[in-house]
Amino acid sequence: MSDPNKAIDPEVERRKIKSVKRMKEIMTEYYIEAKTPKEQTGKKIAWITSGGPVEPLIVMDVIPVYPENYGAMIGASKMGTDLCEKAESMGYASDLCSYARADIASATVNGGPIGGLPEPDMLICCNNICGTVLKWYEVQARYFNVPLFILDTPVCHTEYSAEIKQYVEKQVTEYIEFLEGVCGKKFDYDKMVEVGELSVRGQELWQEVLDTTMNRPSPMTCFDAFFHLALIVTLRGTQPVVDYYEMLLAEMKQRIKDGISMVTDEKYRLLWDNLPIWYRTRWLSDKFAAHGACLVADTYTSGWCSSLKYMDKTDFLGSLAEGYTRIFLNTGTDQMADNILEMAKKYNADGLVIHSNRSCKPYSLGQYDIQKIVQEKMHIPTLVIEADMIDERIFAESQIETRIDAFIEMLE
Amino acid sequence: MASFDLFYEIINNPGRYAINWKKETGNKVIGYFCSYAPEEIITAAGALPYRILAGSGSISKADAHLQAYSCSLVRGALEDALNGRLDFLDGTVFPHTCDSIQRLSDIWRMNAGFKFHADVMVPVKLNTASAGDYMTSILDKFKKELEKLTGIEIAREKLKEAISIYNSIKKNLSRLYAIRRDAPDVIKSSDIHAIFKAAMVMDRRRLLEELERLIADLGENDRAPDTADKRIVLSGGLCSMPDIYKTIEKSGGVVVWDDFCTGSRYFEGEINTKVEPLRSIADRYMERVVCPAKHKSLFSRGEYLVNAVKENRADGVIFFLLKFCDPHAFDYPYMKEMLEKENIPSVLFEIEDQLPSEGQINTRCEAFMEML
Repeated sequence: MSDPNKAIDPEVERRKIKSVKRMKEIMTEYYIEAKTPKEQTGKKIAWITSGGPVEPLIVMDVIPVYPENYGAMIGASKMGTDLCEKAESMGYASDLCSYARADIASATVNGGPIGGLPEPDMLICCNNICGTVLKWYEVQARYFNVPLFILDTPVCHTEYSAEIKQYVEKQVTEYIEFLEGVCGKKFDYDKMVEVGELSVRGQELWQEVLDTTMNRPSPMTCFDAFFHLALIVTLRGTQPVVDYYEMLLAEMKQRIKDGISMVTDEKYRLLWDNLPIWYRTRWLSDKFAAHGACLVADTYTSGWCSSLKYMDKTDFLGSLAEGYTRIFLNTGTDQMADNILEMAKKYNADGLVIHSNRSCKPYSLGQYDIQKIVQEKMHIPTLVIEADMIDERIFAESQIETRIDAFIEMLE
Repeated sequence: MASFDLFYEIINNPGRYAINWKKETGNKVIGYFCSYAPEEIITAAGALPYRILAGSGSISKADAHLQAYSCSLVRGALEDALNGRLDFLDGTVFPHTCDSIQRLSDIWRMNAGFKFHADVMVPVKLNTASAGDYMTSILDKFKKELEKLTGIEIAREKLKEAISIYNSIKKNLSRLYAIRRDAPDVIKSSDIHAIFKAAMVMDRRRLLEELERLIADLGENDRAPDTADKRIVLSGGLCSMPDIYKTIEKSGGVVVWDDFCTGSRYFEGEINTKVEPLRSIADRYMERVVCPAKHKSLFSRGEYLVNAVKENRADGVIFFLLKFCDPHAFDYPYMKEMLEKENIPSVLFEIEDQLPSEGQINTRCEAFMEML
């Protein structure tokens, strides 16, 4: 609770993003519906990976639930370490992905900030983000004894080959057949067109929101993006996402007009690579802001629109395979480096902060090469923070603080 | 008397063997990772498939590219490549398996400087018809890439010949396992380990001859009856530490089976010679017990392990978990639970770069054998 006697700082109030309130309402409504007994909603629940094609689930009126989003909530509530330790006592090695560990443990004890996720009727695993999700979803499929659909999207190290295209396209058909089987009803292709349009529109708007940070000073930071991201992840393909991002975009544009920046006296513009360190976003945000450093963009939140160029709004289902296979995490390290170079130019970055995330090997291995490429081609300072997205035991505060200070000196 | 000298000679310096082979034949040497590399196609192209295992020295150069949370196989292999210890390779094949190998492939392609680099994007699902079709199509793609490298067309007959060589090799390797299972004192596990390591780098025709000779020498009649030793099944990724076998033997145990990709997973599953060659290679991968980075069914690896214990009349299981190997670490709890349900005891050893200290592992091994 806020202290009623504490004076409200009008300057701080002015900088706060007002749409946050609406966003919290939407997420609360979403989780309330998901946790309402199925006899009342009459809807089935699917657990799905964050990079998975959710749109066909929306078409089938299935409620998608994202263990990774819940992992983020667990991390932000600083409940990650306890749950990870619980998973370790179940026999899972402490080196495994902390989202997976937290979710596996949470399922058995109804843990985390909302007392566990609602039980799934099916599991949808798309491996475009990592191989870990396959193992994680196998664990949950054994635990809940529900059907598991795997959308296998081979990594495009150097190309999206004709072989990959054919294979993934075939699986899109199999995905729909799977859903028809589990839901016991026919797939509505007309509704797919609507949902597909909403999905693409949501992604476009999200990209537009992220692009407002091209303005100097920036109306928001990547720490804000980490928060507002939840909708494009969880409710992609629905009207509330489009409405919300329209509202957020309007607010950002207004902030630019009014000269409201998120960081006071923005001096440095930085990029962030990899997932947030959920239990330390505030600490990091304050730490950088104190030096006038604004993290204007990141590779993570823009990941949800990284394959917009392959999506066809007029033929969503037909372009689904390519769109979901060619997300940036499913490409080669050199392509991921190119992505960062483009972002550095686009957002006029003065430096790059790399979160080497012990939990996420496909995102983190290769970062040292990316770092070298960025230094050589852009001649900007880079900083590597060794940490973990929700396991706090990995975070060495004083060491990281020293490194941030040294990095800021290099920017000066 | 059977001699294993040749195999030990090769594994003591596999690079030198490959260099000599290259000089003698004038053909190419292709490095590969893991048992999902289609060696048959490489052999059919006249090249030597050379399996890259854990590195042979301490890590320094690889640290500039890989975080400390990558497994020793990935870091060691990169170290060898960057140090020039693999300069004799004409190229490398990376079948898709785990997240670490996936990124190693990129880092390798960007830094190791080999002119040929192939990513064989093996499907992750190995239980659907579309995955089987896809697997066949990427094998064909790989074949074409090799043809471009070597300038030689890989004719159907060449492929069929290579397949039949591999079928025979694998039949002989499986016979070695059967001999050990039925009479563990006829062939020691450390010798089998040496043979397998050599088998993955040596000329395959020569290998076949040597295996046939060896099995003849081992004989059918001079087998001793079962000893009182505890019969152990090993489970895990790969094991490049021969010392573990000696430790187990010293503690009163004997290894009778494993599910390693440098062991039973390497030789299991015959390629059907009546089917189109590429399709038949794909079919074998679809049918064989999987690497945990692949999906066949929710319980396939656990079922395989329980059966391996029963069929080989084993007393217990030792799990070897290579530190930072995610796929295996995810499977361990359920596999252990399946063993428990069958009252099969097991113990877990975590391996980093090396085995835990000798004293420690001896003690744990002895304690486990006593418990059995």
